[in-house]
Amino acid sequence: MEVLVASGVGAMTAAGVYLLLRGRTFPVIIGLALLSYAINIFLFATGRLVVNQPPVITDDATGYTDPLPQALVLTAIVISFGMTALIVVLALRAYLEADSDAVDSEEVDRTDPGDGPSDRGGAA
Amino acid sequence: MNHWIVVPVVLPALMAPFIVLAMRHDLVLQRVFSAVASVALLGVAIGLLSQAASAPPQLYQLGNWAAPFGIVLVLDRLSALMVLLTAILAVVVVIYAITSGWDSRGRHFHALFQFQLMGINGAFLTGDVFNLFVFFEVLLIASYGLMLHGGGAARMKAGVKYVVVNLGGSTLFLIAVGTLYGITGTLNMADLAVKVPLVPEGDQALLRVGALLLLLVFAVKAALVPVHFWLPGTYANASAPVAALFAIMTKVGAYSIIRVYTLAFGAGAGEDAWLAADWLLPAALVTLVVGVVGVLGAKELTRLVCFSVISSMGTLLTAIALFTPAATTAALFYLIHSTFAGAALFLLADLIKERRGSAEGRLIVAPRFAQTGLLAVMFFLAAIGMAGMPPLTGFLGKLMVLDSARDADSMVTIWTLILVTSLLAMIGFSRAGSLIFWKSAAIPGPQDPAAATRPVLPIAAAGVMLAGMVGLAIFAGPVTGYLEATSAGLHDPVDYIRAVLGPDVTAAK
Repeated sequence: MEVLVASGVGAMTAAGVYLLLRGRTFPVIIGLALLSYAINIFLFATGRLVVNQPPVITDDATGYTDPLPQALVLTAIVISFGMTALIVVLALRAYLEADSDAVDSEEVDRTDPGDGPSDRGGAA
Repeated sequence: MNHWIVVPVVLPALMAPFIVLAMRHDLVLQRVFSAVASVALLGVAIGLLSQAASAPPQLYQLGNWAAPFGIVLVLDRLSALMVLLTAILAVVVVIYAITSGWDSRGRHFHALFQFQLMGINGAFLTGDVFNLFVFFEVLLIASYGLMLHGGGAARMKAGVKYVVVNLGGSTLFLIAVGTLYGITGTLNMADLAVKVPLVPEGDQALLRVGALLLLLVFAVKAALVPVHFWLPGTYANASAPVAALFAIMTKVGAYSIIRVYTLAFGAGAGEDAWLAADWLLPAALVTLVVGVVGVLGAKELTRLVCFSVISSMGTLLTAIALFTPAATTAALFYLIHSTFAGAALFLLADLIKERRGSAEGRLIVAPRFAQTGLLAVMFFLAAIGMAGMPPLTGFLGKLMVLDSARDADSMVTIWTLILVTSLLAMIGFSRAGSLIFWKSAAIPGPQDPAAATRPVLPIAAAGVMLAGMVGLAIFAGPVTGYLEATSAGLHDPVDYIRAVLGPDVTAAK
């Protein structure tokens, strides 16, 4: 299970970072969302991976799962969800006002189809 | 429990939704309530500072949950000082925003402003790393709204970049916090200070990764090279009062570095003692140089100010990175100074841009504008403050930094870089000042019919920041006395840890 979780976090982080470095807002937003998923799972794992254990210790409990990371994840989920919504709206407004969805508007030509080599990692 | 400690967080937190819900269509009411709340915050902050000056660190347990299980706020000399600095800046900014009409160029300025104050004050007061993350998010979310205040394509574009960079930073923050929690099992700062020396050999590498990732996050906030790229674009595109308020935002990063890396990774951290210093010092020195190169190369006044802020962060973080009591005293003194100087310059740049008409802030010769003489004097004062010329506080601050670096290994490098960059900053500011004021004075400008009726208060607001620098220079003795006690407390955090975890904890350690 550790390997599965670790490789899942790693793959999502790698994909997230790659997308974050793209030059257009849509991949960047998807990248941020992927990163936040990776972080949520990572935070879960910081309380150690256990299965079928209660979060609150009682007298007859044989072990427990750490409840604190779950509270942390909840907070992180709420914040990252709100921030994703905000940046989607913001990117849309910026696109409508500046007529370009490039993160670095001067460096990317809007007529350039797809993610060509002219894309720069503006957010990096 | 002393409930005044939580007031700097609760007061703006209540005021902001009240402004949104009850008076969103009435700008006058918004202005009154926002200004009154800011002044009240200033009063509370002064009260807290006088308490902190005369007493050991005080604990406030949120929900009455004991540390390390509950989240605590801690009032010590450092947090009281930072809250007071925020409150002073808040009053000035709110006066400037109201009298210059910036708050009417978009909606919800005052609500966002109060939320921003809540986040900043919370970040300064909290004693818990995860709670620090939450307050960072509060202040960032409010700052996204404030940064976009006024709208326009350029601002939107800059806003997207600002949000993306900070979301990346928040992601790193969570990774760092998760790693620290996974190793030490605690996120309370005082408890971290107790647990970090007990971390077994095998987990040391992971602990360091977490600690340095956290340093990177704070470096993003403090605009340290190489993660400073967001600052010029953001501050130059934000409206002037917002940029002036953001002068405290970089200080939040600097504060967090001081707090976490003296408390949890300070002298008592065993193998990890002062692990931030090796990374911070070179980065801070490079920041100093990059900032001043930007000052020399800037073609626009606000950008010049932005780069001078980066350069001042370089000086500040150099002093912090030395991690000695004397250097921390110097750093805190310079921190107060650079907040005032940065805010004054942003406000003055806006006043100048507004009067220059089509030339705006570009550093070119343009027709003479209204109130040239007054603004020139003020710009001159702010510039010598920022560049570090006597008699203002920039000089005293840099002198203290140089003096504290006298015994450091890298003394020659630090002295050379700080002195040379001060000279270069002076050249950069002189160039801007002579272009905007002296060379332009020869060209007769159009008669400005509004000159007589221009409001005085925006200029007065910028003047308050200058007066702050003058006052700080005059009262440097008592202020330094307070700061010396502050940094003594930071470098020997026994009182802080005892205040949070109870009197018997340090004995067990």
